[in-house]
Amino acid sequence: MIEFVLNQTKIQTELPAGTAMLDFIRKHQQLTGSKLVCKEGECGACSVLVGSHSDDGMIYQSMTSCIMPLINAHGKHIVTIEGLNMEQLTPVQQAMTDQYGTQCGYCTPGFVVSLSGYLLSGGKPQIEGIIAAIDGNICRCTGYKSIERAAADICKRVLPDMSEMSIDSLVSAGYIPRYFQEIDALIKDINPITHHPKAPRTVGGGTDLYVQRPKQMYEAVIQGVYSIPAMNQISIEGDECTFGAACTMGDLYRSTVFQEAVPDADYMFKLLSSTQIRNMATIGGNLVNASPIGDFTIILLALDADLILRLGDHTRQVALKDFYKEYKVTDLQENELVEQIKFKATRDRSHFHFEKVSQRKYFDIASVNLASQIEIEDGIIKEAHLAIGGVGPIPMYLHQVRASIIGKEMNGSTMELAIQKLQEEISPISDARGSSDYKRLLARQLLIAQFLAIDPVICDHHQIMAL
Amino acid sequence: MTQNPKPRKKKHSLNIDAPLHVTGRTIYLDDMPELGGTLYAKVYYSPYAHASITSIDYSEARQQPGIIDIIDHSRIPGENQIGGIIPDEPLLAVDELHFIGMPILIIVSTDELNAHKASQLIKLEVEEKEVIVDVEEAYRRRSFLSAPIHFSLGDAEHAFTDCAHVFEGSASSGGQEHVYLEPQGAYAIPQQQGMKIFSSTQGPTAVQHTVAKVLGWSMNLIEVDVNRIGGGFGGKEDQASPWAAMAALAAHICQRPVKLILERGEDLQMTGKRHPYQSHYKIGLDTSGKIIAFEARYLQNGGAAADLSPAVLQRTLFHSTNSYYIPHVRISAYSCRTNLPPNTAFRGFGGPQGMYVMEAALDHAATALDIEVHDIQRKNLLYESAEFPYGQLAEACAAQHCWDEAVESYDLSGSMKKIEDYNAAHQWSKKGLSLMPICFGISFTNTMMNQARALVHVYHDGSVGISTGAVEMGQGVSSKMIQVAAGCFGLPHEHIKLESTNTTRVANTSPSAASATADLNGKALQDACSQIIHRLQDLLRDQWSLTEADELQIDNASAYVAGTDHLMSWQELVTLAFQQRVNLSAKGHYATPTIHFNKETSKGIPFAYHVYGTAITTCTVDCLRGNYELDKVQIVHDFGSSMNRAVDLGQIEGGLAQGIGWMTMEELIYNDKGQLKSGNLANYKIPDIYSVPKEVQVQYLNTPGAELAINKSKAVGEPPLMYGIGAYFAIHQAIKRFNPQAVIPYSAPMTTEKVLLALYSKRDSE
Repeated sequence: MIEFVLNQTKIQTELPAGTAMLDFIRKHQQLTGSKLVCKEGECGACSVLVGSHSDDGMIYQSMTSCIMPLINAHGKHIVTIEGLNMEQLTPVQQAMTDQYGTQCGYCTPGFVVSLSGYLLSGGKPQIEGIIAAIDGNICRCTGYKSIERAAADICKRVLPDMSEMSIDSLVSAGYIPRYFQEIDALIKDINPITHHPKAPRTVGGGTDLYVQRPKQMYEAVIQGVYSIPAMNQISIEGDECTFGAACTMGDLYRSTVFQEAVPDADYMFKLLSSTQIRNMATIGGNLVNASPIGDFTIILLALDADLILRLGDHTRQVALKDFYKEYKVTDLQENELVEQIKFKATRDRSHFHFEKVSQRKYFDIASVNLASQIEIEDGIIKEAHLAIGGVGPIPMYLHQVRASIIGKEMNGSTMELAIQKLQEEISPISDARGSSDYKRLLARQLLIAQFLAIDPVICDHHQIMAL
Repeated sequence: MTQNPKPRKKKHSLNIDAPLHVTGRTIYLDDMPELGGTLYAKVYYSPYAHASITSIDYSEARQQPGIIDIIDHSRIPGENQIGGIIPDEPLLAVDELHFIGMPILIIVSTDELNAHKASQLIKLEVEEKEVIVDVEEAYRRRSFLSAPIHFSLGDAEHAFTDCAHVFEGSASSGGQEHVYLEPQGAYAIPQQQGMKIFSSTQGPTAVQHTVAKVLGWSMNLIEVDVNRIGGGFGGKEDQASPWAAMAALAAHICQRPVKLILERGEDLQMTGKRHPYQSHYKIGLDTSGKIIAFEARYLQNGGAAADLSPAVLQRTLFHSTNSYYIPHVRISAYSCRTNLPPNTAFRGFGGPQGMYVMEAALDHAATALDIEVHDIQRKNLLYESAEFPYGQLAEACAAQHCWDEAVESYDLSGSMKKIEDYNAAHQWSKKGLSLMPICFGISFTNTMMNQARALVHVYHDGSVGISTGAVEMGQGVSSKMIQVAAGCFGLPHEHIKLESTNTTRVANTSPSAASATADLNGKALQDACSQIIHRLQDLLRDQWSLTEADELQIDNASAYVAGTDHLMSWQELVTLAFQQRVNLSAKGHYATPTIHFNKETSKGIPFAYHVYGTAITTCTVDCLRGNYELDKVQIVHDFGSSMNRAVDLGQIEGGLAQGIGWMTMEELIYNDKGQLKSGNLANYKIPDIYSVPKEVQVQYLNTPGAELAINKSKAVGEPPLMYGIGAYFAIHQAIKRFNPQAVIPYSAPMTTEKVLLALYSKRDSE
């Protein structure tokens, strides 16, 4: 049985664990404020807040309910637009109204939920932060400018009011309904779910499975991984950073441990999908999905990560660069799980860099992505790990490029050599993400970009035009 | 000085729907409580772009649990025909399949998952035929959906011989998916007599007519009701009808309520989009930069059936010279038949495709002559009484006014200097700037459609209910209608309730389209309200024994005569009228005067008025990676006298973003089998909050407005979309700053791929 609290109602349901949360909300609970638009997590119109108990009280994150398996709600507080409504408009709703941030209205509840999630997650009065909270919400009518003005209103009028962003203070200021204060006590007592011993399918955030084969998922016997402790920790010992495969991109983004291991990586997370999807998508899911263009896979390849795989009581370790065999085929045995990921912290030791270009700059799948970790000592490249996606059947670790530059001076001719090896090593095809010619050119440019990130004068544009 | 895009008069900026939207309480089609016994319909559609059916076997599917019926074309009691302009499109395929997504069967089930499972069990065998996706191939084969259209002015053929400079080239623009967030759908409920249909449509009467035809019933047996829709953008003008017809057909056969709502993927596969165009232009200028002659041939990719394509094609010609006066014009347009889903209306309705070609021709000329394109643009702007190629003369022409105001108030020369400095200082990043003037004609170009009606009831407690033919889809027409009624009755807007759009209350409506909804329905509403006001005035004149000279006012929720003690509250007045048996209901009617158009000669006065504006767009291109950002768009727009500044500003900002999407990132990819490769929102990207311009400034140009516009507040729905074309040319400019030798074909959308390839293109490798 799956147990959780929906707004202020305690839910106990025997529905299939794979039921989409949005279907549960709309069809079984007749709460129609959350909208069904894409069923791909691509628009945010179905956004809900998911509250979890923590030692510091409740923590809320926004997620897209259209691709969220019901099982992932177990022990949580699910908040829909109806659960935010009070007699008067909330300050977020008032700002959206005052600034005409709504036209046809279909996307609006999702925006209100995401913006409210920003308040509930202790958001600061910084416009960039508020806008980032709605980076997964698509509006086709307004052109977003009026929504930005509403966000600015919240920034100016609402947030500075709040000395402390606790549930109690938000309730007493009239920003969220009073029942929020009772939730922690309600969900604390929900027992952890007993895992289906023979569930044929393990699901993380569901952000790819529910897009690829939604209809199969609704009735599938599945087990979730969010609640398996070994798969949720992030730790660092000496130089070695270890994290569970069920950690979401959002978990890593917010983790001070990960920030310590890979400093200044905020820009990187901004390029990975949207707030809602980062809050759902697990790193393990990204890896086993084996997409040749998986962003985090490319990042971890350049971090030269190792995987800990578990089958029953047996565990084994495999280097990520040896994990991918051919298109969508990995080294994973039947029923084996990726349990943990390990890598050596880059800290200040090496230059870590991530590049991604997609049709839409944010919240899109890459045409080509590239990550690199380069260690330089006295002007000589001592170690290098480079990885590239979108230019072959698997996420590629660039063995030849690596071999060609190690021990070389960090200069323009080494870069040209690297470019030459890169072109030999990759084999892009033409598809919806671009023509093969384009991907070759883009791969080159991204490689140049990462050299320029280390040494801004390593080349000038005349040199590149002449290549 | 520039103005911030702030609504200045808040009290006039009613947004009646906002409190419902922000609380999620608005009721859209899929939010209606379902009646007991409701069934769900799913469409089984063609997986082939061109084929003949040799056999279809759905016996196994029929045996699936929960399946109530599977309906094919033979069960249609009326006509198997949904073509709006030309009857060339069956509701359900008979034996020929013409595009991927063409409906073949309707699966009716007790739940959606079973319907899906059943659809997997259908065995379709076909003989595949040659697929044509390419519009030029269709043109070579003379495969047209309708007769070509030609416009001409002056004598272009001879004029070219007098031109100092003549340039020829081609330009193509891609299609665009509407991505109305609410998908297509309908809910049909059999009635004691006839059928009631709730539909997500811009055209309730189109739905009513189509359903009547398919069922073989008279129109009075079909009631269509639309509360509101979650976005339309033209995609639900004509193409909402088939889903309603299928739901009604299934409801009629099963005698149970049937709901049919497309999933996003189905919607993307089955419905038409903005038409891709492939065009050829020839432009001639004199030595001073005046455009003397323009010739163009537009090939429209219409898809597999006519739908609204002939009308869209015509508007391409109406707007082919954009905001410029050109004395000698000869232009032709061809609607070509291909094996794509029938393309349809989309905000701008063919106009943007025409304007894009004009701007490409100007950019071509400027590049070749090595002068600034805006020098040519400015020299050729329309002026008062200049003749359009269709014979209408520009009246209250604000083309130059908008341009000059934009150049001056936004300090164009200062901006250009700043861009020059930036470009000199940045090796890997370049800025570009463009100006985009627009001129857009308001009215349905089919004169007959420029009519509307409204029904007004004053209830005897003084409250007011209004119905019009307008469908609210986010454009704010609800707020505007309430403003109109409140203004007529002199009542606060809280007294007025706007009812759903329903064919039994307001019949024979034109679709909410062509930017004209508020004008047409607002004027019909004014007519209805003023009939009631006149009756109330007659009553009071009688009651108070007034003479013609007495100034009777009905305003501020009361009636009074200035300088006397005659005073009555609105409530008392209505009570009195009811007691005196005065008719407190009225039906209003409006038909736009003065307009006409002769299709044979392609001349006339098709438009009630024109809307003008100018946008300055600045962008920054990352020359290392090929992606780009839009820094700002600065607009001077001719609103006339805006009756709701906030709503109108929202239309400008939203239209601009949609135009930018069309010109930059929105790319429909079909393979040569006619398969849509960008058939989900993971692969078809529309602008997110980060891809719209960082700053949008809108200046309200003060013009007297047009008499034919509601309250002199000019139509604003479509025109701003075309400001988005400016983004395309600003990016062009930036690329040329990085690589002056860049080879940049005129091919929209300007995707990151095209930008990077252009940045590193080499002229000698041509």
